[in-house]
Amino acid sequence: MKLPTLREVGVEARLLLIGIPVFLWTMIPIYHMFLFAISPKEDAFSGKLWPTHPTLNNFRIVFHQEHYFLRDFWIQFWNSIVIALAAGALTLLIATAAAFAISRLKVPGGRWVMNLALFTYFIPAAFLAVPMYRTMGNYGLLNNHWSLILAMVTIASPYAIWVLKQASDKLPVELDEAAVMDGATIPQLFRLVYVPLMMPSLVAIGTYAILLAWNEYLYAFLLLSKDTEITLPVALGNFLAADDSPWELLMTTGFIYALPPAAIYYAFKRYMVGGLTAGAVKS
Amino acid sequence: MAITISGDQAMPGPPLSARLTTPQVWGIVLVAPYLLVFLAFVVYPVGYGLWLARHPASYVALWHDPIFARAAVNTLIFLLVGINLKMMIALLLSGFFAQQRPWIKWLSVLFILPWAVPSIPTILSVRFMFNPEWGVVNTLIFKLTGDDGPNWLNDPTVALSMAIGVHIWKSLPFWTLILMTGRLAISHDLYEAAEVDGASRTQKFRFITWPSMQALYLTCTLLSMIWTLGDFNSVYLLTGGGPADLTHVLATLGIRYLRLDQLSLAMASIVCALPFVLPLIYFMMKRLSR
Repeated sequence: MKLPTLREVGVEARLLLIGIPVFLWTMIPIYHMFLFAISPKEDAFSGKLWPTHPTLNNFRIVFHQEHYFLRDFWIQFWNSIVIALAAGALTLLIATAAAFAISRLKVPGGRWVMNLALFTYFIPAAFLAVPMYRTMGNYGLLNNHWSLILAMVTIASPYAIWVLKQASDKLPVELDEAAVMDGATIPQLFRLVYVPLMMPSLVAIGTYAILLAWNEYLYAFLLLSKDTEITLPVALGNFLAADDSPWELLMTTGFIYALPPAAIYYAFKRYMVGGLTAGAVKS
Repeated sequence: MAITISGDQAMPGPPLSARLTTPQVWGIVLVAPYLLVFLAFVVYPVGYGLWLARHPASYVALWHDPIFARAAVNTLIFLLVGINLKMMIALLLSGFFAQQRPWIKWLSVLFILPWAVPSIPTILSVRFMFNPEWGVVNTLIFKLTGDDGPNWLNDPTVALSMAIGVHIWKSLPFWTLILMTGRLAISHDLYEAAEVDGASRTQKFRFITWPSMQALYLTCTLLSMIWTLGDFNSVYLLTGGGPADLTHVLATLGIRYLRLDQLSLAMASIVCALPFVLPLIYFMMKRLSR
């Protein structure tokens, strides 16, 4: 009777031996950020696990823009939202149309378009950034939100088209045929049959594009530079430029900036895991 | 998949305009927006970039720039050591997270956080932790030993290792999740049969898990290598390429040249990476467009 329990304890202990380091490894950088956000300036550097006087004062300073580095916080926050939503909506529109055309309408050359998109998907983002910067300059879009929105659409749509095409290939052809027999035109087919059936994938792809654009640092940092035009991550990066930057405020702003994507991720986890990981790597 | 193939084969030779039906016209209209984006923001920039990189003088200049050689070596280390280490840990952890335990389920929810939150705040958090004067790590070292801790990010080897660490921290959850889906797809009967035959844990891994996962593992490793080439944040936000430009990788080096207004050098450094990247991309496209 005693032996199996001993063995079970052994198994559990071995699992804990992996689990505890994994937990610490994952949480320490995030907890460190959180700790700074709730610590008064003097406490922040003490190396304590919990501040002696936890405070929300840092959040108040950020929200009231009461520091030189934060004087444009709300407008930068707004810029991030506008750019993420615009990139998400545009990606969704372009990618859904393309996937519908390739998968359901069998547009001539559709296979080629798919391969071009896949190729773009594999170009390392930092490599494309260099010529993209110059191109946006040539188009006269530098320091304009459209440059970042369009860059994000360019990067997000290949994967979006690919995932949506995979998903729509699974819908039975008979559906389209039946709708056409009933006299549906192509736009009606798209609006009344295709889009409703694709909803789960569309939610996943929309979320993917929004998060991609919200999290983007490199392109935002290259394409936008005016203090009132930049997005939050660029503003966070600018904190670094000064030696006397207020860490506790930087970490507070970073914490606020990190909350929406984490919340969105967990809210749409159901769609994300099914829709994205299945498409990410086909074994 | 079968639908696409039959669709492609149903297209015989005669001139296009004669055969265009209403669905096809609509198809062209609907695919056009993406093609416009592709032409304006992929074809044009890439073509323009290659044109800028046409002078042999740029490559001579690169060859004589010690920072370029260093960045190339760093990139190789980042890819060969960093990615392989990451994928091995991901493979191990995918087995750990496949265990059915309530607390492991909770841990997996937390474990995904690094991937779900943006990288800037968390990388900066790590950077502050290791600040030689005020960072938590050195404060603790001072409290415990009374000695000053090392100047972490000022040593190129340590700084590059930490950049690799940050990269692993950020992308490990994603790959673990992918490998876990692969692992859960393996039929449970195989393990039960092995159990009956008295197979050990290692034998089960070697003869059941690994053979069913090796194709997926290879795909993931190559894909991760391609993407990691474009990982600008891990290096730039942690070390900024320093100390003395010794921790640059190709991704940050291209941007460094760009900031110094040496666009042809920036493009040339990217072109130098193409002989390694293009075969990988070709291989991946063959795998994914099957």
